[in-house]
Amino acid sequence: MKRSVFTHRLLPYALLGPQIAITIIFFYWPAIQAVWQSFLLQDAFGLSTMFVGLENYATLIGQPEYYHTLVNTLIFSALVAIISLSLALLLAVQADKPLRAGGVYRTLLIWPYAVAPAVAGVLWAFMFQPSLGLLARGLREMGIDWNPLLDGNHAMTMVVAAAAWKQISYNFLFFLAGLAAIPRSVLEAAAIDGASPTRRFWTIVFPLLSPTTFFLIVVNIVYAFFDTFGIIDAMTAGGPAKATETLVYKVYFDGRLGGDLGGSAAQSVILMVMVIGLTAIQFRYVERKVTY
Amino acid sequence: MIARNIAAAAVLVAATTSAHAQVEIQWWHAMTGGNNQVIVRLADEFNGLQKEYKIVPTYKGSYPDTMNAGIAAFRAGNAPHILQVFEVGTATMMAATGAVKPVHVLMREAGEKFDPQAYVSAVAGYYSTSKGEMLSLPFNSSSTVMWINKDAFRKAGLNPDVPPKTWPEVFEAAKKLKASGHPNCGFSNAWVTWVNVEQLAAWHNISLSTKANGLDGFDTVLQFNSPTHVKHLETLIALQKDKTYDYSGRTNTGEGRFTSGECPIFLTSSGFFGNVRANAKFEWRNAPMPYYDDVAGAPQNSIIGGASLWVMGGKKPEEYKGVAKFFAFLSETDRQVAIHKSSGYLPITKAAYQKTKESGYYKENPHLETPLLELTNKEPTENSRGLRLGNMVQLRDVWAEEIEAALAGKKSAKAALDAAVARGNTMLRQFERTVTR
Repeated sequence: MKRSVFTHRLLPYALLGPQIAITIIFFYWPAIQAVWQSFLLQDAFGLSTMFVGLENYATLIGQPEYYHTLVNTLIFSALVAIISLSLALLLAVQADKPLRAGGVYRTLLIWPYAVAPAVAGVLWAFMFQPSLGLLARGLREMGIDWNPLLDGNHAMTMVVAAAAWKQISYNFLFFLAGLAAIPRSVLEAAAIDGASPTRRFWTIVFPLLSPTTFFLIVVNIVYAFFDTFGIIDAMTAGGPAKATETLVYKVYFDGRLGGDLGGSAAQSVILMVMVIGLTAIQFRYVERKVTY
Repeated sequence: MIARNIAAAAVLVAATTSAHAQVEIQWWHAMTGGNNQVIVRLADEFNGLQKEYKIVPTYKGSYPDTMNAGIAAFRAGNAPHILQVFEVGTATMMAATGAVKPVHVLMREAGEKFDPQAYVSAVAGYYSTSKGEMLSLPFNSSSTVMWINKDAFRKAGLNPDVPPKTWPEVFEAAKKLKASGHPNCGFSNAWVTWVNVEQLAAWHNISLSTKANGLDGFDTVLQFNSPTHVKHLETLIALQKDKTYDYSGRTNTGEGRFTSGECPIFLTSSGFFGNVRANAKFEWRNAPMPYYDDVAGAPQNSIIGGASLWVMGGKKPEEYKGVAKFFAFLSETDRQVAIHKSSGYLPITKAAYQKTKESGYYKENPHLETPLLELTNKEPTENSRGLRLGNMVQLRDVWAEEIEAALAGKKSAKAALDAAVARGNTMLRQFERTVTR
């Protein structure tokens, strides 16, 4: 590693200072508070506080609803990641071809990323709204009794569609960049050898894209876990019968709406452990096994 | 010497400014649109009438947002003086001894004229202790009514001037309506638990929860898995199958199904009035909630929904004086009449109701009187005075979850209500633990 030379011994620390301060104030401090809160039983106003040790965790682990929400989150995240990644890859491969006005397509495909999650949620909720929505009408005419207010699978389809749609642009952008980095000469050589476009894709393009794909898988899972709150809140509020409640939504629901701060903090701590785990996996295994 | 003079002058200036400074009173609320204007107008009017106090209203978002903002501000030591809290937050606010100042104490200490008997009992009872001590001032109140699409009734061969009175009559009417051009929804309702659990209990004089529905203590136990509730839910499940009844969600987001003409019968808040008046392109009316005529004593009286004004604790005496003056101002008969007519919410005093009635206003606007007739139908019993359950926001969601599961055909009515009661009781015990110290 290259050693930088600073004129003063303290200068590097001073330069690091702001970043460290931000990390402490906005990450460590709230994280420590959440851990502390998770050991307490407290009323909403903070007037009576009782130390209950691990009771909040025990209650959580004993709740069948918690596992239900966990399973929901896993299904939701897997669906969002798979759908948004595969569609984005398809679009990126198509947009990578020499096209007339290709720049316009690319710009349009990137656009949805600028839409706020809650706005995306409202947009899709409107299209799927049983009595007014365009898509809902189409489904009804196809003979499907579309009712996301009562049918959990319908509601899940709806939030997955919105959440995946929102993420396609981001994935598209990375795939496009990944495709641009693949040397043309390799592809041309394969073409001269008589490899069909499909074969070229699966034997050359796809393996060479694997670093991008693995990076995106982690990012997409983290997105589905944590950044889809706005979409879920705007579309289903976790309903019907908790069919679309994810772990993050439950933290909000129990803590902010329900006033159960201890239980909510315990859930946040568990989530924090999960993120740390995901990140560790990304660094330890994924990054090593992927060939750059 | 000069320094001393300056200091003396500074003290003098400080004394005179504080003597003339207006006492500011913060009022956090959750009202939007036309009702926000009602609030602003009330504050302006009060500020214009006297110079000592200044009411500063601030919109803080939805009901849960406003309540949470108030709680967070209290924890940070800068709570507003007046906080508008929706009815389901009542138990949480009430349990926060020290964080709030009961209205009856406020009025007594400030020496304002205050007669708890002057308020409509079905309204004030919701926000009073079992001894009749008022804890928060009712502000915007409404009740459940049945909205009817008159054009759709005529088309189905029904007489809209004689609306269905009982639930069986509603089911019959809904079947006819469904057959005459409403294939997806004969009837429906918003606020699923408020209408089908809470109001159903009060309207039939059935206990929702022991200890007068929680009004007499936090050790209340839910018991709304009554035969009437089970029968009602069983019927809804059966009717959901062919869409004679169609579920419209937990809150009021489904109300548009009435104004769009999709659902010709719709049970929801009387506060829906403004929306109906603005958006319904057909002749409409409302009617009292239906009841089961085989339940003895039904109909009893309905309970309210809406919000009340809580006074936060830890403020200065002169600020409390201002708040008390403002509450007296709000309770004046003419002002109540004006609020009632402009917002569509219920008047909170008996005198205001009487005065509106005598002026003949209800002859032209009968839909504004329907909720009042329901609320005052009979003297409230301990099953119909109101309800006060901790963690009510979560409780309602748990109940709604079970009802949704039943309507989706995953559970029987009895099993769903039993589960709703059992899960709710666990949450009530948890709440009891956090508040009793």
